[in-house]
Amino acid sequence: MLVLRNLTKQYGAKDVALKDVSLTIGQGEIVGLIGPSGAGKSTLIRCINRLVEPTSGSILLDDVDLASLSTGELRRQRRRIGMIFQEYALVERLTVMENVLSGRLGYVSFWRSYLRKFPANDIRNAFALLDRVGLLAHADKRADALSGGQRQRVGIARALAQEPDLLLVDEPTASLDPKTSRQIMRLITEVCVERGLPAIVNIHDVPLAKQFMQRIVGLRGGEVVFDGKPEALNNDVLTTIYGAEDWTAMRKSHDEDVASENEQAAVMQQVSA
Amino acid sequence: MATGETVTGATHRSYPTGWKRPPQIFTDPLWRRIIFSAIALYLFLAVGSVEVNWSRVWEGLERGQRFVAGFLVPDFSSRWTDISIGLVESLTMTLTATVVGIIISVPIGIGAATNMAPKWMYLACRSIIAVSRSLQEIIIAIFFVAMFGFGPFAGFLTLSFATIGFLSKLLAEDIEDIDKSQVEAIRATGASWMQVLIYGVAPQVMPRLVGLSLYRLDINFRESSVIGIVGAGGIGATLNTAIDRYEYDSAGAILLIIIGIVLVVEYSSGLIRRRLQ
Repeated sequence: MLVLRNLTKQYGAKDVALKDVSLTIGQGEIVGLIGPSGAGKSTLIRCINRLVEPTSGSILLDDVDLASLSTGELRRQRRRIGMIFQEYALVERLTVMENVLSGRLGYVSFWRSYLRKFPANDIRNAFALLDRVGLLAHADKRADALSGGQRQRVGIARALAQEPDLLLVDEPTASLDPKTSRQIMRLITEVCVERGLPAIVNIHDVPLAKQFMQRIVGLRGGEVVFDGKPEALNNDVLTTIYGAEDWTAMRKSHDEDVASENEQAAVMQQVSA
Repeated sequence: MATGETVTGATHRSYPTGWKRPPQIFTDPLWRRIIFSAIALYLFLAVGSVEVNWSRVWEGLERGQRFVAGFLVPDFSSRWTDISIGLVESLTMTLTATVVGIIISVPIGIGAATNMAPKWMYLACRSIIAVSRSLQEIIIAIFFVAMFGFGPFAGFLTLSFATIGFLSKLLAEDIEDIDKSQVEAIRATGASWMQVLIYGVAPQVMPRLVGLSLYRLDINFRESSVIGIVGAGGIGATLNTAIDRYEYDSAGAILLIIIGIVLVVEYSSGLIRRRLQ
């Protein structure tokens, strides 16, 4: 369980990125974080594993306060938090396998990692994860040889290789086409459900968030302005989060995407039948 | 729609048909004129102040002719033992100095990258680089020859020292330019600083490090022929002796060998670099 208490992040004297954010995320709960650019979504996620140092407040992951850890202790706690990045953030010149195994770095010694001599268990697990995300045949390819969707699958496998207690997901579909975006979102939600893994998913695409998330938190100017079921996200709420826009048109284009995807799926089924 | 009208609907205004790039550096026209005339005046005066002794130039041309004549009929055989000893010395000094230089430069380069090192280490490494870069090879060579005597050991030290300045600086700048998100992703797994270095940083800079090292090998060989002139051994010393004795045919042979080796190193390093990307 993750509990944020009065989390605040200030860049410089005036620029407040997060204002007293308090949230509780239960076991196995998948939370979508929506809000306009600059609302503090990325900052919030990065404060949790302290890629960004929070200014004040506490971050309790199963009663360990992540905000007050020393460097060594922080490294040990980071192993428990898997992260999936916008633009994948794979190490491009390493192989797919090395990228997945890099999720184990916190558990192996320097020399073992330098010589790529990971424990047998880690390697078996990495292969199993590659199989789960459908990339078993690509293990020896260099990461930069893969397509966007495939790269993000490697990113998911790397995060899961940590066997984390919490998954942080930062704009996982920002550079993917609508169809691949849905496949990636589906994969992320599936693996979370399989493992009972709580997750925070930053997502700029509201219809996608509504389709895949169980709970949605809306951020605006660093403050939580909405927290509830996706069904409760009506035009009024969206306007509080984002400001005035034509929400009906947005929903329509999303419905078209979903419809065309379903159509394609139906065709594929007919072909295979 | 009449001709000349635009589709955007802005049909009633006439837009200019000419456009000039606005001045970017000296935006004030008066100052621009003052500065450009000052530069022109200075150039004129500077050229006028150079004294040229035309009869000496004529003499030099004659000598040059003799040199070119010797160059055109290079004599590899009469001084071959000297040449081969000089070559082996130069090549040994080049290779050892490059290897030692790389081994020392890598940690200094990492320490001199703002995104990897704490401030104090950054400043320390940057000062080492600054010292190494501010001294020209010949000056270092003179210094080391004075310290350790004539011969290739002084040359080896000189080239190693110069390599450190060159490689560390370029490596540091390369590390500062890497994709931050890849490093962040490795750090987020709970990796240690050294693990972040080998998994997040090294794969990104390795091809360029190898390329720079090969390039430095090439530079070191050329430098080894220069520092020989001040007594640091190698082919440069042989070349210097040949010129001192007016043996332009032997000097021509040595120059041809140097050019040949530089070409081979250049070509092969280019090949290796292309394969590494």
